[in-house]
Amino acid sequence: MRGNQAVAQGAIDAGCRYFFGYPITPQNEIPDYMALHLPEVGGVFLQAESEVAAINMVYGAAAAGKRAMTTSSSPGISLKQEGISYIAGAELPAVIVNIVRGGPGLGNIAPAQTDYFQAVKGGGHGDYRTLVLAPSSVQEMYEHTRLAFELADTYRGPVVVLGDAVLGQMMEPIVFPAEVVDPEDLPEKPWATTGQHEGPKRIINSLYIVPKDLEQTNLRIAKRYQEAEKEIRFTHEGVEKGGVLLVAYGSAARVCQTALRLAEKKGLKAGLLRPITLFPFPEKALSEAATKAKAVLVVELSLGQMVEDVERAVAGRAPVHFFGRTAGVIPTPEEVLAAIEEVDTNGRE
Amino acid sequence: MHHEIIIAGFGGQGVILTGQLLALAANLEDKHVVWNPSYGPEMRGGPSHCTVIISSDPIGSPVVAHPDSELIMDDPSLGRFLPGLKPGGLLIMNSSLVRKNPERKDVRRIAIPANRIAEHLGDVRCTNLVMLGALLGLVPMVEEESLHLTLKERWGGKPDLLDLNQRALRAGMEEAAKAK
Repeated sequence: MRGNQAVAQGAIDAGCRYFFGYPITPQNEIPDYMALHLPEVGGVFLQAESEVAAINMVYGAAAAGKRAMTTSSSPGISLKQEGISYIAGAELPAVIVNIVRGGPGLGNIAPAQTDYFQAVKGGGHGDYRTLVLAPSSVQEMYEHTRLAFELADTYRGPVVVLGDAVLGQMMEPIVFPAEVVDPEDLPEKPWATTGQHEGPKRIINSLYIVPKDLEQTNLRIAKRYQEAEKEIRFTHEGVEKGGVLLVAYGSAARVCQTALRLAEKKGLKAGLLRPITLFPFPEKALSEAATKAKAVLVVELSLGQMVEDVERAVAGRAPVHFFGRTAGVIPTPEEVLAAIEEVDTNGRE
Repeated sequence: MHHEIIIAGFGGQGVILTGQLLALAANLEDKHVVWNPSYGPEMRGGPSHCTVIISSDPIGSPVVAHPDSELIMDDPSLGRFLPGLKPGGLLIMNSSLVRKNPERKDVRRIAIPANRIAEHLGDVRCTNLVMLGALLGLVPMVEEESLHLTLKERWGGKPDLLDLNQRALRAGMEEAAKAK
């Protein structure tokens, strides 16, 4: 199965029955799959007239208490930011998948990690964040999309799955769990605007004209991010003590895994810490691993965005270096190996 | 076992499908496998390629830069991909369409007149399966049986096409045996 199809199936298996999108490469296999398979389970697939319309339809479906998703790629995600901010402000669960392509601007349709800042620092206007998951295989594209719906419901906010063109396009084996979510079995959302006439009025809104009211809302949202720290996920492999600690996520982590094997053959000590949740960021794990490392090397498909979060977590416990290719270029494992060797030799400088 | 392959030609030759069939066969054997299509502003009949990695271990980088084997279906693809082939790697050319002489002497070169063989079998559209057969004949990275199962899955409802493609696969393997 291809990565994009895995995202779509993951959403269906999470009980998502509402999909709103607007076409953009390299994520079109998601709406394609949804158009075919959502009606089979009684769901709604809707190709909106624009990205802005699509995210606002997600806003509506989420307000009605339903699991809803939109997917796009970088320029399209930029267009959706206003709606994502509204969803955050209205405290609604929703899933947004970004199959990142090279930017800025219209850029190109090749794999990139150049939307890290946008994804983990909020993206739209206002004092909010989105929880961000970073899959690095087709299996994880499926699992993380499912997980995103759970996190969105638990923490009542938008959750972003950050893939890229290579993860979306490639085909890998996938194992589906036996259990899938039936949306009928999901607990009722006591705040959902369902059109019922009994009980107190339910209002979904992101307008708080009195600053103190908005402050209360923002503090409530911020508290959820703190609670979400128990959801921090990462993997850690290879030699850590006295070696070069690589930090990479998504496709870049895959390239690093091959580079680790090359390093091992050369007798170089190196390990890899792969953040799975980019927000909340695995700061504690990283700071502990950095204490044992000779140096830290961040590898990204960008000119360096996550590196800022890594520097903050490492906080001087080890020198932090960076290697990246941008604009849709994927580094080869040999290039990463060369960077490891460079850091290994000059890491203390 | 870890084998990286590039399959390249032009749109309509079944390049993308060939890679998919190989990847699906490897999946049947529970091997680790990654298939990646060429992806860009593609044009009907324009250049097309895909990559397949088959491994007994988990696969790191899903991107192939220096393949172990190349299936080259036409002239332009030779110029494009030959420089990246690993030294000592395997180059299988569709000699019906590849007229240029490969410049590299440090690779194993095999010429398969795949279009001609496919025409003899009755349909030029099975050229890709002849080439795939040749690859399997030279590097048995998956069992022939797994590939037959994959073919059955795809063309089970069309017995004549299934038969054609099975014969093409076999013919490619036999041609490769001659070239060994």
